[in-house]
Amino acid sequence: MEAVLFFAAAIGALGGAIGVVALRNPFYGVLALIVHLFSLAVLFLLLSSAFVAAAQVVVYAGAVMVLYAFVVAYVGGETEPIGDPIPGQKFLAPLLGAALFIELSIAVLGSSLQALDTHGPDVHAGFGDPAGIGRLLLERFLLPFEASSILLLLAAVGAVVLAARREPSEEAAGGSSEHSSEAPAERSEDPPAASFHAGGVPS
Amino acid sequence: MNIEWYVVLSSLLFAVGAMGILIRRSPIVILLCLELMLNAGNLALVAFSRMVGNQQGQVFAIVVMVVAACEVVVGLGLIVALFRRKLPLDVDALRELRG
Amino acid sequence: MSATSWGWLVLLFPLLGSIAIAVGFRALPARVAGAIGTATIGIAFLCGVAMLVNLLGDAPDARHHASSLWDYASVAGLDVKLGIFVDPLSTFMVLVVTGVSALIHLYSFGYMRSDEGYHRFFSYLNFFVFSMLLLVLAGNFVLLIVGWAFVGFASYALISFWYRRTTATRAGMKAFVINVVGDIGLVLAALLIFRELGTFEYGAVFAKAPEVFSTNEWTITAICLLLLVGAFAKSAQLPLHTWLPDAMEGPTPVSSLIHAATMVTAGVYLIARTHVLFVLAPTAADVAAFTGLATLLVAATIALVMTDLKRAIAYSTMSQIGYMVVGVSIGAYSAGMFHLMTHAFFKALLFMAAGSIIAAMANEQNIDRMSGFGKAMRFTSATMLCGGLALAAFPLTSGFFSKDEILAYAGARGGMYVTFTVLGYFGAFLTAIYTFRLLFRVLHGEPCPEAQELIETGHVHHAHPFNPATGEEEDTEVGFPGAEHHIAEQSPPMRIAMAVLAFLALFGGLVQVPGVDNVIADFLDPVFADSPLAAIHPSTSWSWIGLGIGAVISLAGIGVAHRLYVARPEAPARLKERFALVHTFLFNKWYFDEAIDLFVVRPALAVGRFANRVFERAVVDGLVLGTEDVVGGSGRVVRFVQSGFVRSYALLLIAGFAGLALYFLLSSS
Repeated sequence: MEAVLFFAAAIGALGGAIGVVALRNPFYGVLALIVHLFSLAVLFLLLSSAFVAAAQVVVYAGAVMVLYAFVVAYVGGETEPIGDPIPGQKFLAPLLGAALFIELSIAVLGSSLQALDTHGPDVHAGFGDPAGIGRLLLERFLLPFEASSILLLLAAVGAVVLAARREPSEEAAGGSSEHSSEAPAERSEDPPAASFHAGGVPS
Repeated sequence: MNIEWYVVLSSLLFAVGAMGILIRRSPIVILLCLELMLNAGNLALVAFSRMVGNQQGQVFAIVVMVVAACEVVVGLGLIVALFRRKLPLDVDALRELRG
Repeated sequence: MSATSWGWLVLLFPLLGSIAIAVGFRALPARVAGAIGTATIGIAFLCGVAMLVNLLGDAPDARHHASSLWDYASVAGLDVKLGIFVDPLSTFMVLVVTGVSALIHLYSFGYMRSDEGYHRFFSYLNFFVFSMLLLVLAGNFVLLIVGWAFVGFASYALISFWYRRTTATRAGMKAFVINVVGDIGLVLAALLIFRELGTFEYGAVFAKAPEVFSTNEWTITAICLLLLVGAFAKSAQLPLHTWLPDAMEGPTPVSSLIHAATMVTAGVYLIARTHVLFVLAPTAADVAAFTGLATLLVAATIALVMTDLKRAIAYSTMSQIGYMVVGVSIGAYSAGMFHLMTHAFFKALLFMAAGSIIAAMANEQNIDRMSGFGKAMRFTSATMLCGGLALAAFPLTSGFFSKDEILAYAGARGGMYVTFTVLGYFGAFLTAIYTFRLLFRVLHGEPCPEAQELIETGHVHHAHPFNPATGEEEDTEVGFPGAEHHIAEQSPPMRIAMAVLAFLALFGGLVQVPGVDNVIADFLDPVFADSPLAAIHPSTSWSWIGLGIGAVISLAGIGVAHRLYVARPEAPARLKERFALVHTFLFNKWYFDEAIDLFVVRPALAVGRFANRVFERAVVDGLVLGTEDVVGGSGRVVRFVQSGFVRSYALLLIAGFAGLALYFLLSSS
């Protein structure tokens, strides 16, 4: 029973991963990642980590992916150009991916960790419960806990600063600067507040 | 299933994520691949936590999730800023810092 | 106070004077600077006298004291102290140097009064006296070399005193370069001494040398020959003499002090001081003696035809120093030093008188244009006559006794040294001729226009300052005897100095009359007691016979000069015509300058040109530019890694990680 669940979740995770990498439209990529995250939650449950599975679903699949979806909707997903300006990249990338996988597997399987062969020790019933994790967070790992809350604050402030609306002149200057690119993305300003300067292309 | 299955799966997902970063050109998709790699790490952490028998790995996994969230926030903020300035959303086109 | 304490004071005062005048040159008025300069030397002279008195209190063979202030270099087997050595020889030199310097400072006080560079002059002059005293009082070879080098610098600074005059600066450089050649010899000699004997201190060196070296061993001969190189460069002996006539570009007090009385005698002092080494290397001593003899004769012949007053006196100096070198090389140590002393007196006096006359001539130095100053400047001509008589070894003057003492010793030593006596007397004959040639040409006869002006109006002739050699206009801003020229008749300090020297020139020799008194020899003999040559003494009767011969020769020479320049004034022109070739040869100073230019200067310049064109361009530039190209080229290649593509950076990152993981997996398996 457990094996069936494992393989199902594994195939889901792997499928989601490959979908993210292969699908052209970023929106479909976001959806593939959501599938991947749900599969991982199942795997966490199989490993008796209930709280982590729940956090995965709520935080990751719930909040982070929704954020992704918003941004993709705002930005719009366009297909990527075909040609690759970097010589050898398309050829080397799968090669290196395969090399990485093989090396990591050898490193893990070839290591002298006996417990890998097992199911793991018998754990008490409340192994993956929030109580234990909460106790660890507040007692033993208090410092990382507080540090990560500061990190969250920083990220929030940083995001606001980065994405804040600037003066119209700045954005116009940023838009008209030259770049050595093939098809510069041409997007018009959506919000009407910024299009009072002349020459705005109606969306 | 033995723990080693989970760990091997985790390394496979990690490799897929790494390959995705090398292949794709859209910054959004690159960030998604980055999420893949982080989740693969999470899976490995939880698996080892189950193998050892205490919950420290799970705590670590939660902190990793926090970090991933922060990084996504900042990365997406960058992408929005890029979009606002009408810059091409293509990492190969954004190459002014070169020798 | 011990003798060595007085010795340190002797060194201190001129140094303080030099620094004080240099530091305060804007604040001090001119006369104060001159007074400070003269006073410090006077005080140094008094300290020298005190040093003498103190020394005389010791028993004759205990009169040597060394004293050191602090360690100069004490490292790895080398132990050099800043120390002085007081013994009769250094005391004698100190007295001569400070005494004559004090008088010359007094003379300059009046002579240089209108010069713009008055302060600079006195500062340099004081520094020179300090360095000469350092040289003389040094207690080890290192300090000797220091003093030697300082003296060379002071000479350079003073020769090029009027530094906007091209002839002066060129002469200064020539003097300095030739001096450096001598310095090389001296330093090499000192290093060889250290290598063989392990010490630089005089006492230790002279005690060890007879034990370490056997007579005429090649090392000791090499050391002595190198010392001679140094001595000859400083004392202007053949072939390193060409700088001395050109050094007359400096002001006359400089010529009088440095190039007559003190610096050029440093070589003689060196040979006397290191006589122990020369006793061990008789070959080198003979080389020195013969070089001195050759210089003596060559310089005397050149002085016969010289038309520049100061240069003629300079060649005379060279010739007389030849006598001194002969003296200290063949063993007549006290006689040589005695001649050094008397020469200082009468040569300084001659230069002073010449300075006075040249001032009256508005800086014209050619004797062809001078005549009749005997009537125009009585005091100057009287003192010049005193100096000339002493130089020509007129009976009973100081030069008479000192010169003949050397020649008598040479005769007493016998063997081949009798040639020295014979040729020495021939040189004395020539000396008398050229000395009185100068005197008769300048002083006798109808007054030349400048002299006439002096007689009639009492004013010195004024002339537009220009350099007679190059014809370029002089820059009086860096000093030059300016509009006001100073002659002895109008300047009391000059007269006092010249009067004192005239007295000494006439009567200074009476301290060493053979058979009567022996003041100098008694004082100096203990220093040279360790030389077997010092035991040779001409008998009193032979000395008097020598003096008689000398008197005859001197009077004969004066008579020849009188005949040529007073009685038959047309004779010199006829002689010049008949011996035209000889005259040209002598007038061009035996072509030494040209020879040195051909054999030394041109090859050196060629080497330099080769080094610049070939070596510098090809090798050095090639290396430097080549390195630059390599670095730039490799940079250009490496630059391609920085492409700007994020994905290629990621690729490199992951590839590197994969490589590392592979390495670790392989190494741990």
